[in-house]
This record gives sequence, structure tokens and C-alpha cells, in this order.
Amino acid sequence: MPLDNVVFWVFAPICIGSAIAMLFQRNAVHAALLLIVNFFTIAVFYLVLGASFLFAVQIVVYAGAIMVLFLFVIMLLGVDRHESLVEQIRGQRVIGITLGVGLALELFFAIRAGVGLSAEAPANFDEVANRGGNAVALSRLLFRSYFFPFEVTSILLIIAAVAVMVLAARPRPRPAAADTRDHEILPERAGGPSGPETHEREPEPAR
Amino acid sequence: MRTPISYFLIVSGLLFSIGTIGVLVRRNALVIFMSVELQLNAVNLSLVAFSRMHNDLNGQVLAFFSMVVAAAEVVVGLAIIVTVFRARRTASVDDANVLRG
Repeated sequence: MPLDNVVFWVFAPICIGSAIAMLFQRNAVHAALLLIVNFFTIAVFYLVLGASFLFAVQIVVYAGAIMVLFLFVIMLLGVDRHESLVEQIRGQRVIGITLGVGLALELFFAIRAGVGLSAEAPANFDEVANRGGNAVALSRLLFRSYFFPFEVTSILLIIAAVAVMVLAARPRPRPAAADTRDHEILPERAGGPSGPETHEREPEPAR
Repeated sequence: MRTPISYFLIVSGLLFSIGTIGVLVRRNALVIFMSVELQLNAVNLSLVAFSRMHNDLNGQVLAFFSMVVAAAEVVVGLAIIVTVFRARRTASVDDANVLRG
């Protein structure tokens, strides 16, 4: 049995299992940890598929940076909040699971019709596409054919950083005249103009 | 490599469907967002698998760009969730109903 077959059959159940466990996990922190396991298995798949650079990027960016960000926000919002099990739309859970299973079956038949269930990968990937190593070949492509899109992503990242600063910045305490106008828009905040520290401690308004 | 490429595609399709179920069923905005991340990763996996199948690195470059865009998207999405939480004191998508008709 070839080595990549062993790797696939070891990691595919972990991958699917951690995703399903994430789905049924009540605790958001546990869901995030299971998602990290899932991202690691996907990184291993990248390695098997000959994408060693994306393997490193997947671990550093996804399992590292993005999931730490998720855990940070979960901790910030409080971990002990339980999801309400009341369905706002009747039968939503059943309909959602049915549609998801239908989508899985549809994708399976699409793959079977389009690619075939035993499509072999070409054996000379490392000589043709990965010539000189995966990172070298990828950077050759990235900085020649895709140079302009690469620069555009830098603009995108700057815009995202500025947007986050605008969105997440706490509104500074305004003068009283400006605050009275705010009360008409948001009647819940009628507790009075308060500084940013006391504002965070405000009890939940009755609805 | 002896593993058929379609196996990776099937795993990718299953992950995408699980992410879809998560988006449809879960009510916590953070868990919904994590399910969206799962869907993005499933599509990245299929891109890399197709890149391997066609002996061409363009699919890996596309997966790389999708990771960059996903990083920006995660940051903005989490900021929106934090802002909604600050205004409504909840992370549940059912409670964000100010715009309800």
C-alpha cells in the first residue's frame, strides 16, 4: 500500500470527524479547537497533493493566526453563553440538515460524472509543475503572471485593516447635545450618557 | 501518487456540505462564521486537488489568493460581530432583528 494512500485513509476520517463534531459542539471554544484539528488535516492533504508551500501557509495563517483571532473574540464576548434551541422558523433544523445531505449527494454524483471515481493524478507533478521546488515554482508564477493581482491584495489588506479600526473603535464620549439625539435612534441606550468604561457594564435591556 | 484525486474531491465536498449545514442550523454568529471558514477551506482543498490533477500550479495560486481574501474577510467579519455584540448584547443571529419587516 503506497504511503500517500495510508496518509489519506488516516487523515480523512479525522478531517470529516472533526468537522461533524464541530457542527454538534455546543461550546464555541471546543468548536474552534476542533476546527483547528480540521485545518491541520487539510494542511496534511496539501502536503500529499504536492503543495508544500500552501501546507505551511495553511498552518501559519489558518490554524495559527485566524483561529487565534476567533478564540480571542470568543473569549471577548464570553464563553458561557448558551445557544437557544428555540427554532425561529419551524423545522429549520430538519430542513437545513436535509438540504446539506442533499448537497453532499449532489456533489458526489457531480464528481463521479465529471472526474470519475478513480481519476489518477499524473506521476510527474514534481518534474513538470513543481520544477525547482514548490515554493520556487509558485513564486515564479505569482510574480510573473499574477503580479498585478498580488499587488491588489495588498491594497485589500490595507482596506481591511482600516475598516476594522473604524468598526471596532469604541465611539468616544460625545458632548451631551450630541447624545440626546442618539437616544431617539437607540432608545435602549437611554441609560444616560456614560463613559466607555461604564457603558460596557450596562445591564441587558429588557426586551 | 496512487490515491485517486476524486477521493480528495469527495472529502472536499463533504466538508463543504458540513459547513453548509452549520450555517443553516447553528444560531451562534461565531459558529456560523467558523462554518463559513470550513466551506472556504473545502473549496481550497478542491482547488489544490484539481491543480495536482491537471499538472498545473495555477490552482495553487488561486488557493493562495483565496486564503489572503479569507484572512481579510475574517478580520472584518469578526469586527462586525463584535460591533453587533456591543450594540445588542448578543452573539445570536436570531436576536439581531432590528431590520425585521
